[in-house]
Amino acid sequence: MTAAQAETAAPAAPAVRKRSGAAARTGWTILAWLVGLVFFFPVLWMVLTSFKQERDAYTTTPRVVFTPTLDQYRAVFSGGIGTAAANSAIATVFSTLLVLLLAVPAAYALSIRPVKRWRDGLFFFIGTKMLPIVAAIVPIFLAIRNLGALDNVWSMVVLYAAMNLPIAVWMLRSFFLEVPRETLEAARLDGAGVRQELTEVMLPVVAPGVAATALICVIFSWNEFFFALNLTATRAATVPFFLVGFITSEGPYWAQLAAATTLASLPVLLAGWIAQKQLVRGLSMGAIK
Amino acid sequence: MAEITYEGATRHFPGGKVPAVDALDLAVAEGEFMVLVGPSGSGKTTALRMLAGLEDIDAGRITIGGRDVSDVSPRDRDIAMVFQNYALYPNKTVAENIGFALKMRGVDRDERSRRVAEAAKLLDIGELLDRKPRNLSGGQRQRVAMGRAIVREPSAFLMDEPLSNLDAKLRVATRAQIAELQRRLGVTTVYVTHDQVEAMTMGDRVALLKDGWLQQCAAPQELYDRPANTFIAGFIGSPPMNLLDAEHHDGRLTIGGARIDLPEAHRAAVGRLDHVTVGVRPEHLDLADDGIPGTVSLVEELGAEIHLHVQAAGTGVVLRTDRNRRHALGSAVHLRVPPERVLCFHPETTELLFAPEPAP
Repeated sequence: MTAAQAETAAPAAPAVRKRSGAAARTGWTILAWLVGLVFFFPVLWMVLTSFKQERDAYTTTPRVVFTPTLDQYRAVFSGGIGTAAANSAIATVFSTLLVLLLAVPAAYALSIRPVKRWRDGLFFFIGTKMLPIVAAIVPIFLAIRNLGALDNVWSMVVLYAAMNLPIAVWMLRSFFLEVPRETLEAARLDGAGVRQELTEVMLPVVAPGVAATALICVIFSWNEFFFALNLTATRAATVPFFLVGFITSEGPYWAQLAAATTLASLPVLLAGWIAQKQLVRGLSMGAIK
Repeated sequence: MAEITYEGATRHFPGGKVPAVDALDLAVAEGEFMVLVGPSGSGKTTALRMLAGLEDIDAGRITIGGRDVSDVSPRDRDIAMVFQNYALYPNKTVAENIGFALKMRGVDRDERSRRVAEAAKLLDIGELLDRKPRNLSGGQRQRVAMGRAIVREPSAFLMDEPLSNLDAKLRVATRAQIAELQRRLGVTTVYVTHDQVEAMTMGDRVALLKDGWLQQCAAPQELYDRPANTFIAGFIGSPPMNLLDAEHHDGRLTIGGARIDLPEAHRAAVGRLDHVTVGVRPEHLDLADDGIPGTVSLVEELGAEIHLHVQAAGTGVVLRTDRNRRHALGSAVHLRVPPERVLCFHPETTELLFAPEPAP
């Protein structure tokens, strides 16, 4: 390359980079939308199917144009989703409350005033999540049967709390670590005890994080299937267990199943919607000072 | 109000090779403004946090007002602290921030708001009482942090680099305000800074730390005139003292080929050492026709004065000179070291051998 060529080439370089940058951004945008749509499509199809008659839901060439009906929703309501929803609500709300009650002090003891061997404690918590639930179901089943607590919604409360506790402790701990140490030290010098330090200074600051943690617990509990399948029958059946009822030996009732599933998704969707602002703030707390 | 003493106070962080604060002995008189100064890692903040009760004391003890507080929890030490990042409670208003300590001590609402208003008036933040910290400027936050400390009328103030997050102009103004406020309230204060100008201008006395050891504790002028070793000489003053290697023979020093006759009174202090480290302040160096030869390497014009950086005697030397005397970069000059202004340090222990009597 001659000197003259080098001179003309050099100023052009940034422009080329800019153009290719814009192209790359468009490419990524398209990819992101594609992935998003792939994930969203089953949900959309579920909602569409829930407004079909069973015969429209079965066609081999999927039918996009059809006469919408609320028949399936009527069938689902008369089929007893109310009891299942009530059970799920009890299991979800009370297990989440129990988790927060236990996880907040635990996370405090593992972050702000670390107890001895806090690292071991932390890994002990998460270690329980490494065991597949299938491996533990027999002893759990026997224990609950011997306690006479099978098909009892309060067993589910305890189990769901146990299931979510490790995650909640880990999440809350990371949020607590974001609180500037000096703020808590200032409170100590100002005469606050441990309880006041927690309620007056700490919790107001980490409220979004606590909300995010609670929402995760709510989602996990609401959607839990395996324990419900093995440990409940009729009285304590939760929504996921109720849904399976639509898959019969003659085959699934697609439209009814879709209606029931749509209803089952609503509470989580709503909770997510309401907590959206808090959730985003909570999950990205480290980025905001 | 109370006097504070450190008696052999030591803090050894778990896993640390050497103590962060090593057998610190220091007495702060009642109502005194004591500044702890030193480079980062010198242990000054650790020493302050030990006093606050935020760090354990591994050996020795600390007393406040004659009471051994080594095992007393922070809340019961009756001290207030201003943190470097202010550590305001983000969810509380300014008034709630200032009044929090009173609330924790069960002071009733009326008394609380009266004292908060009083403190706010003193610091000129009366109109900010309903705001949240995030809606305040850096300087305002700093004053709220001060308000939180003074509202309690504690027996001592602890301040950990409270000005380091302010811009240069505000820092100078606030520096004067804090010093003035402390004199007015007369509360014993321990103030940590890495800035030697802050230390010199604010403190009644200055304690200089390095690597966890107390190097010297003295009034600012004493520290400037009689630094106990070369580290202090190089730390205090801006630009710091020039330190030059010199050969010594029988009361006569040789630096870069130039000869300096030591004053008669100080010859005994140097004794029979072959080498000494000579210290001379930038304002005491002169340009002359003969002396230590050197080359001008940098000229800093500050308006009122000029700092001339000269390469001489194998090292960099700074001299502070009149604004009317101009010197081109790279020009050859001769430095005259006035014998009556010279300090000498031991070449190995770095300790002060002698310093001139300060000019009356």
